[in-house]
Amino acid sequence: MLTFNLLVAVALSYVAFLFIVAFVAERRAAQGDDAWLSAPVIYTLSLSIYCTAWTFYGAVGYAARSGLEYLTIYLGPSLVMLGWWWVLRKLVRIGRTHRITSIADLISSRFGKSTALGVIVTLLCIVGVAPYIALQLQSITLSFAVFAGEGGAVWEASDLNSVALWSAAGLALFTVLFGTRNLDANERHHGVVMAIAVEAVVKLAALLAVGIFVVWGIGGGVASTLDRIETSDIAHWEQSGGRWMGLTFLSAAAFLCLPRMFHVLVVENANERHLATASWAFPTYVMLMSLFVVPIAVVGLDILPAGSNPDLFVLSVPLSQGREGLATLSFLGGFSSATSMVIVATIALATMVSNHIVVPIWLRSRSQGAMMSGDVRAIVLMARRVSIGAVLALGYVYYRVSGGGGALAAIGLISFAGVAQILPVMLGAIFWRGATRIGAAAGLLTGFAIWGWSLFLPSFGEDAVIPMSVMSQGPWGIGWLRPQALFGIDGIDPLLHATFWSILLNAAMFVLCSLISFPNPLERLQGAQFVNVFEHSQGARAWAPNAAQAEDLLIMVQRIIGPGQAQSIFQKAAAAQGKEGYLPDVTPEFVQSIERLLSGSVGAATAHAMVSQVTEGASVSVEDLIAVADEAAQILEYSSKLEAKSAEQERTARALRDANAKLTALSIQKDAFLSQISHELRTPMTSIRAFSEILQDGGLPAEAQRKYAGIIQEEATRLTRLLDDLLDLTVLENGQVVLHPQEGMLHDLLDRAVSAAGLRDGGIRIVRRKADEGVSLLTDLDRLGQVFINLISNAQKYCDAKTPELRIVVHRVAGGTVVDFVDNGTGIPPAQQQVIFEKFSRLGDHARAGGAGLGLAICREIMERLGGRVSYLPGQGGAAFRVTLPKPEALAAE
Amino acid sequence: MAPPPGQPLFLARAGYRQRRLRDALRLLPVFGAILWMLPLLWPKGSDEGYSNGNALIYIFAVWVLLIGAALLMSRRLRPEGAIEEAEDADR
Repeated sequence: MLTFNLLVAVALSYVAFLFIVAFVAERRAAQGDDAWLSAPVIYTLSLSIYCTAWTFYGAVGYAARSGLEYLTIYLGPSLVMLGWWWVLRKLVRIGRTHRITSIADLISSRFGKSTALGVIVTLLCIVGVAPYIALQLQSITLSFAVFAGEGGAVWEASDLNSVALWSAAGLALFTVLFGTRNLDANERHHGVVMAIAVEAVVKLAALLAVGIFVVWGIGGGVASTLDRIETSDIAHWEQSGGRWMGLTFLSAAAFLCLPRMFHVLVVENANERHLATASWAFPTYVMLMSLFVVPIAVVGLDILPAGSNPDLFVLSVPLSQGREGLATLSFLGGFSSATSMVIVATIALATMVSNHIVVPIWLRSRSQGAMMSGDVRAIVLMARRVSIGAVLALGYVYYRVSGGGGALAAIGLISFAGVAQILPVMLGAIFWRGATRIGAAAGLLTGFAIWGWSLFLPSFGEDAVIPMSVMSQGPWGIGWLRPQALFGIDGIDPLLHATFWSILLNAAMFVLCSLISFPNPLERLQGAQFVNVFEHSQGARAWAPNAAQAEDLLIMVQRIIGPGQAQSIFQKAAAAQGKEGYLPDVTPEFVQSIERLLSGSVGAATAHAMVSQVTEGASVSVEDLIAVADEAAQILEYSSKLEAKSAEQERTARALRDANAKLTALSIQKDAFLSQISHELRTPMTSIRAFSEILQDGGLPAEAQRKYAGIIQEEATRLTRLLDDLLDLTVLENGQVVLHPQEGMLHDLLDRAVSAAGLRDGGIRIVRRKADEGVSLLTDLDRLGQVFINLISNAQKYCDAKTPELRIVVHRVAGGTVVDFVDNGTGIPPAQQQVIFEKFSRLGDHARAGGAGLGLAICREIMERLGGRVSYLPGQGGAAFRVTLPKPEALAAE
Repeated sequence: MAPPPGQPLFLARAGYRQRRLRDALRLLPVFGAILWMLPLLWPKGSDEGYSNGNALIYIFAVWVLLIGAALLMSRRLRPEGAIEEAEDADR
């Protein structure tokens, strides 16, 4: 006998297995080994979250009650997938081009990055989906109860409630762990996708196993099972045409609009080509899922006592035959269906809540705006975690309030009808340039209101929310507003009635208000980009040039996606423009790419708000509006090759311009240096000559002789040092230097460098984190130490803060280990950042440092010889230099 | 200008095939919807109505047909942009 405790153990070990699967997938993805994670088969399997516990258990119950009508729930999505060339292809392309994070983000982004629309869609989805989550919790508790009942125990309501509560808590934990690990610019979750792909296999295998057992084990083969269907209660084709078509439409609409489906279809899509595979593989999956539903229902009706709950036939039929292993497999199948749906639905909803409600409110509450705020990343992640908890708590509360009874069974279709309200606006958004924000809001609110009034609120039961009198006579006696007989048309099936009127009036309001309202420029721009996404995927420009400073942008982006990633993105952008360093020119293209990048993390509306704060509200330019017009778009298309060429020329020109500016600056500095060096050479020479003449004349006391000789020696040393520096640089530049690789530890080297830099008392304070410095080195330690000493003594010389401080930070980035030297002074102005590593260059023209401006040039040469790098790191507050340590292999190869 | 003998008049044959394949892809769901709505025209009721067993077999047969068609088409479909290249290659 299968004990209840054993079942709990099986469920828990299954969950542990899923944790391991998700963890391994995350690890593999983090190591860059994600080719197999992004295979089309994984994508197809992840779509199977469409089949929830409602379809796993409920389809059989549905078939037992109303014959073949259950098939419509699968026919709609099959048609959508088969017709991927119409809608899904475009949705996925838009989603990838504009880095859409959720369905709310799609609508908000299309209609001028409107925050209000994001909020409306988010709320609609929460109201529509929370009951659905409750339904999954119910199915988990009921399946546990079946096994407990088999063991002889009769469950009280409190037992059911505690199972539901523990399931909700466990699901919240899993979702927080794998759904909010990082704030990826693409918003993809390898661990979660892998886990739901495994669950997809388990639930299909479970249902097929039960089906095969029923057909060949009990039914006695295909022919006799068909005979059994002929003699059953559901033998005859009595399908109502309205419901058949209506439900097919509804399931197709929900397949596109459910937040969780949008998430796996569009957001987690790694490659558009996967759609082509899924177009036949997903219909195959749902066909197999529905293949044995009718046989199981018929056999269950036949062999189980009258009055058994047909929703649980998948469990109770094997149990009644003593097949406990099969029943356990089937239990795991139902469990998988419920958990995978809840996890993805929660991630999708939490993303929407945090991006469209929490973060905008938080940003608005900070008067200084995004620039001055702290680490936005932590806030967004925290908002997302709290939202996950809140969504699951809402599902649990709904489960408790609704009593977990029969009222929940109908909620699947009610939920479908709720989210289907997004369909008209979504289709309008991607196919109709004329759709406007006002139209979208009007349509969504109308549909939402009618759905709530005629379907959702009455679903709580008679007299629960809407009193009986209102149901029969209408509010305040207005007969044509009766919830289930709008406009006085009586006697339609309530679900069809609500779906028909809500979608019809929703679409009508959407079209009408779009026709009479006028879009703002950003709406028109986004509209053109969404509708014509295949024509110009590269996107239009949205910003007046040079209104923003690259450094400000870098500071903001660092706060959202983290310093390492931000710096590498800026570096790449600069390299693409033919520039060195971390600060590219602020071109409209660059600003737009940054905005897209951010919108992958925080949603389009928020990203737009943050970027426009930095760019000081620069708006759509005249060129953009011209580009919106069809004619201009066509011309652009024809001249795209020309454009590519001119972009190339622009890059070259920019590189030349930079080089020219650098040369000019250098030539000026060289002149200045020549006069400087002649001065530096002449001053000691003059004193050496003067004092040696005095000594030559003789007749001096011994003490004065010693003093003068000392001066001569000191001046000669200074000369030697200057000449040494010049010589050193020449040797380094000509590559004649011989390196002496040694092994050593980074912290020893830094210790030595700090003490050798000869810090004065009351001078600069050094802040280090010794814990990070345990890095072993194999390189020329003396040369590397020379670089460190130079950077430390530079900070000491140039840092102009009241209480100067130098932070030495060691950390790992993608390219290896780096050591950052960051002081708290005013930093180096952008114009100077270009030339500080050139020889003869010196900050400004003040000579207070007493050097010849060769230090950083020597540093750069040394680092290049060692196979590392030293560069200026903007956006850190003060002057900051980054030393990228040489990789061990680089040296070994020499 | 007459084409040389033995060579087809229309040069960009591969691109042409791809475009027609996309037309077929667009039509597939329409075709499927019509086939799946067809049972609604059947007589209903227990006396002379069709049996659910037959309806079940019909619906699944349509399903298999559509899946097979989609599988064949997605195999032959080339990524976007490939059409133009194919035409260039033909020239």
